[in-house]
Amino acid sequence: MMEPIITVRDVTTRFGTNHVHDKLSLTINQGEIYGLLGPSGCGKSTLMREMILLENFESGSITLLGRDINTISAFEAQELRKQWGVLFQSNALFTSLSVAENISIALKEYTSISQKLIDEIVAFKIDIVGLKQSDGKLYPSQLSGGMKKKAALARALAMDPKLLFLDEPTSGLDPISAREFDALIVNLKEMLQLSIIMVSHDLNSIKTTLDRMAVIDHKKIAAEGTLDEVMAVTSPFIQTFFTTYSKHLR
Amino acid sequence: MHSGSAKLIIETGDDKYIFHFSGLLRVGNLDQIETVLNAQEECLVQKEIILDFVEVDELDSAAVLLILSTMKKMQLQGCESTLSFDNEEFEQLFKMVEKHAHLDTSFTCIVPSFVEKIGKKASDRVKGLLQFLAFFGQLSMAMLLYLRSFRAIRWKEIVFEMNESGIKALGIISLTMFLVGIVIAYQSSVQLKIYGANIFIVDMLGISILRELAPMLTAIVVAGRSGSAYAAQIGVMKITEELDAMRTMGFDPYAFLVLPRVLALMLMMPILIFFADIMGVVGGMLIAHIELGLSPTLFLERFSNVIDIRHFWVGIVKGPFFAILIASIGVFRGLMVKNDTQSIGFNTTKSVVESIFIVIICDAIFSIFFTHMGI
Repeated sequence: MMEPIITVRDVTTRFGTNHVHDKLSLTINQGEIYGLLGPSGCGKSTLMREMILLENFESGSITLLGRDINTISAFEAQELRKQWGVLFQSNALFTSLSVAENISIALKEYTSISQKLIDEIVAFKIDIVGLKQSDGKLYPSQLSGGMKKKAALARALAMDPKLLFLDEPTSGLDPISAREFDALIVNLKEMLQLSIIMVSHDLNSIKTTLDRMAVIDHKKIAAEGTLDEVMAVTSPFIQTFFTTYSKHLR
Repeated sequence: MHSGSAKLIIETGDDKYIFHFSGLLRVGNLDQIETVLNAQEECLVQKEIILDFVEVDELDSAAVLLILSTMKKMQLQGCESTLSFDNEEFEQLFKMVEKHAHLDTSFTCIVPSFVEKIGKKASDRVKGLLQFLAFFGQLSMAMLLYLRSFRAIRWKEIVFEMNESGIKALGIISLTMFLVGIVIAYQSSVQLKIYGANIFIVDMLGISILRELAPMLTAIVVAGRSGSAYAAQIGVMKITEELDAMRTMGFDPYAFLVLPRVLALMLMMPILIFFADIMGVVGGMLIAHIELGLSPTLFLERFSNVIDIRHFWVGIVKGPFFAILIASIGVFRGLMVKNDTQSIGFNTTKSVVESIFIVIICDAIFSIFFTHMGI
């Protein structure tokens, strides 16, 4: 069960003169919920965007599902894109399509199954993320923040991916919805046997959902491992971050 | 990982059918299996069916949904189906999917009938017109409110907009009008040469450019350039709630966004038309010189003799009227944007089409008016 699904080796990123990553390396195993943590502006989201082929990096390599994304062909990249789901921080739902259409768009594009089966798949996805069936006909502008997140998650799960990327999934949600969403993610991981990579700031999410995590600070990986392993590392950022955290717990 | 395919082999007996599934039963390669299953379920009545998943390597929720909906249909036809696997994961997946499945749901919307569509379109048009009138009323109120005193006018925004939609448009308007002058002169010079009426090109160009062509073309360029920009910018500001933020801070969008644009365009439009006049005449003069041998000195002398100043004023006076139409339609379309990205495209297109159309109507009205007045 511990085979790596993503390996990042010596990745260096620079935006103009701004040095973002300096030889980052980390390993994400199959079947785990892996967190990318760090202060804002440390390049967590950038690293995730590099993994999902949205951003280029200067040197190093990223291997995803056994493929090196530096040497990948356009066709292989397209195949890879069908095997993951991405939930963006601002949901990025297509505003001119209803929730059901948002979920079914990839199914219609990439498969030739019947409309009836597509509708059944959509109904199932709507159900597992905890939306009502009647929400399927609504448009994104008619949904609340939490419902939008769930709809975007359902869209990310449309093709039954094995790999799920979540960018700050609980940001903008109230504490109760945020905890519900955490529980949903853990639950879905069990149900659909997903591997999940998420960027998060939310201390509660970090404690309840993550199996392993990496802390990025000063362009480097400050620590990688389980919560206990990371907390044992002495670094100014980790100390401040998790001191607030322990206070939080009491 | 993804390259494999899914297979279905059906073993038939008297009353017993065994469906052997194998390979990767994933959403990407379900289409053939679905066709086979759909064909089978029609003719299977009162049979015993075993669905065998022992040879299956991978199974996802979409495949499970397909199997479940097939089983449901078969059950209705009196068939008894049993699942067989030696994999606990698959069994759990089946249970989980069954719990969350909603078979026979449909999300397809009912297509409205032809009559309904026409009715809806008509009522939308009427509503749109009423909304525009309401907007125009509000704009007039805002004008009365903010133009009471000289100090209440937001000069900074007005001057900024004058630069954006006026001065920056000078280049393209000059070039367009110069080329139009060339085209008109070129076409008419061929005709005039036949009658030996070369000198009359001055009368023709002077009146047509000053009265009609320069104001119209300026209005069209401005509508395409600034009208659409107003619609898109205000539309996005509406989606990102910037307009609401301004309202809560006590900044009236009409004073901050709408009026400066309308006023700036009203001030700049006559100036743009003036430049368009010059460039159009210069273009015509060039062709008159090359094609008809009319020297610029002769051209200009004839111009000042035969072209009355009133022709120039007729063109210039149209400017502010065109400006108020273009700016108010652009801004109005921006405010009509709803909470989705498609309506930005829709309203931006509408702003350009509608403002050009209205400008032409307005021009026709002016034409009739001026003729009646004898100007």
